[in-house]
Amino acid sequence: MPLRGNLRDFSTTQLLNLVNLAKKTGTLTIEGPTEAAQMCFREGKLVYAQMGAEDGSLPLVLRKVGKLNDQQAQSLKQRPESANDKALGLLLINAGYVTQADILQSIKQNTLDITFRLFTWVEGLFNFDATGAPPTGRITVPIELDNVIIEGSRRLREWEQLQDEIPNLDMALKFVDKPERLKNLNLSVEEWKVVSYIDPKNSIKQIAKTNNMSDLDVRKIVYGLLQAGLVDLVRPISTRPLGNVPTRKPLTAEAKEQEKSLVNKLISRIRSL
Amino acid sequence: MQTVKMVVTGPYSSGKTQFIGTISEIDVVKTERKVTSEAEKVKDQTTVAMDFGRITVDNDLILYLFGTPGQRRFDFMWEILSEGMLGFVVMVDSSRPETFREAKSILETFRAYAPTPYVVAANKQDHPEAWTPEDMRIALRLDPNVKLLPCVATNRDSVKNVLLELLYSILAEMEK
Repeated sequence: MPLRGNLRDFSTTQLLNLVNLAKKTGTLTIEGPTEAAQMCFREGKLVYAQMGAEDGSLPLVLRKVGKLNDQQAQSLKQRPESANDKALGLLLINAGYVTQADILQSIKQNTLDITFRLFTWVEGLFNFDATGAPPTGRITVPIELDNVIIEGSRRLREWEQLQDEIPNLDMALKFVDKPERLKNLNLSVEEWKVVSYIDPKNSIKQIAKTNNMSDLDVRKIVYGLLQAGLVDLVRPISTRPLGNVPTRKPLTAEAKEQEKSLVNKLISRIRSL
Repeated sequence: MQTVKMVVTGPYSSGKTQFIGTISEIDVVKTERKVTSEAEKVKDQTTVAMDFGRITVDNDLILYLFGTPGQRRFDFMWEILSEGMLGFVVMVDSSRPETFREAKSILETFRAYAPTPYVVAANKQDHPEAWTPEDMRIALRLDPNVKLLPCVATNRDSVKNVLLELLYSILAEMEK
């Protein structure tokens, strides 16, 4: 019986639980609305994950966690060893760029980051291929699924709460007070990245895209800034409002007078009630 | 004959139907159904599509008041109802702080639908557990420019005041 269906009916949490309990080996592919993801398992343990067009190679993973810069990652990709992460990893360890622990931790983190993102997917066709294996040459790190499921569920609840707090990423942000207040605050690099783009012209979605952040990450930061009373949500100046409602067109002087007269009529009528 | 529309929105059981019923010259056209969800059994019936009230201004002008369904699962109606509205009122039950977050979320959603003026009505101010409008402003994180008006939806003068304040805001916006 093929294990396939839609996340609408069987969630990521339920799928991972199934893989864990049945100690399955294989590859789970999920085709989300905008991109596809793959998770590979060996005897019920998560060993590898890949998201969308990202090739999941070692240089890319190390660049994501800040162990390599863009230039280093690019030049490593050009090397003949790049097809084999194990060979490339040895090269980097021998050259003193990273330690073995750095490599294993980075790969584990990358796998978990991708997996946790999948917990927030509510729609997508999934298919479990019992013969599927991680791409050749990749380093795999076995991760117990129990903790992944618990942490993923916790993040899902957090995600739902954040979605409730900030339902619309098409909204923009403005500083409540003078931005000078920010000078005395201890913000993380990621928070500063968001703060630097705060402008009623920039939607939260645009800020996330520019900073290469996921919806969850940007929501978390914006929520923190909102709670600290530093920013407020506003409708973006430059973008159309959501839906099919057109923005108010500038009225001619005559039309404006007519509208004012209409509103004055309404005022008189309601006063008289 | 010209018609204009205002929308009355807000969380479940915030008093939207009552608000429209108090001021409408016709019996409000209600689309209420028995509440089935245990969690939402604050009242027996709830609006599932919209409420509809009318105020005739003169032979050429009618004001329609549309109340949105309060339960989130009917929010597909919101955008439809917001089309072409002159402005909107966000009703908040002052005695139920657990609904404030939902009220803020609804407010932001409607602001995104249309760039029209709005006011927030702190309803049920006659309730012993009602929060003061000042405290509600903080809880709802409302900008000082946003009008937060005390309201008792069963009281005609109170409802009139909310609608008048909204109309003054609309007029002020036109004069900008």
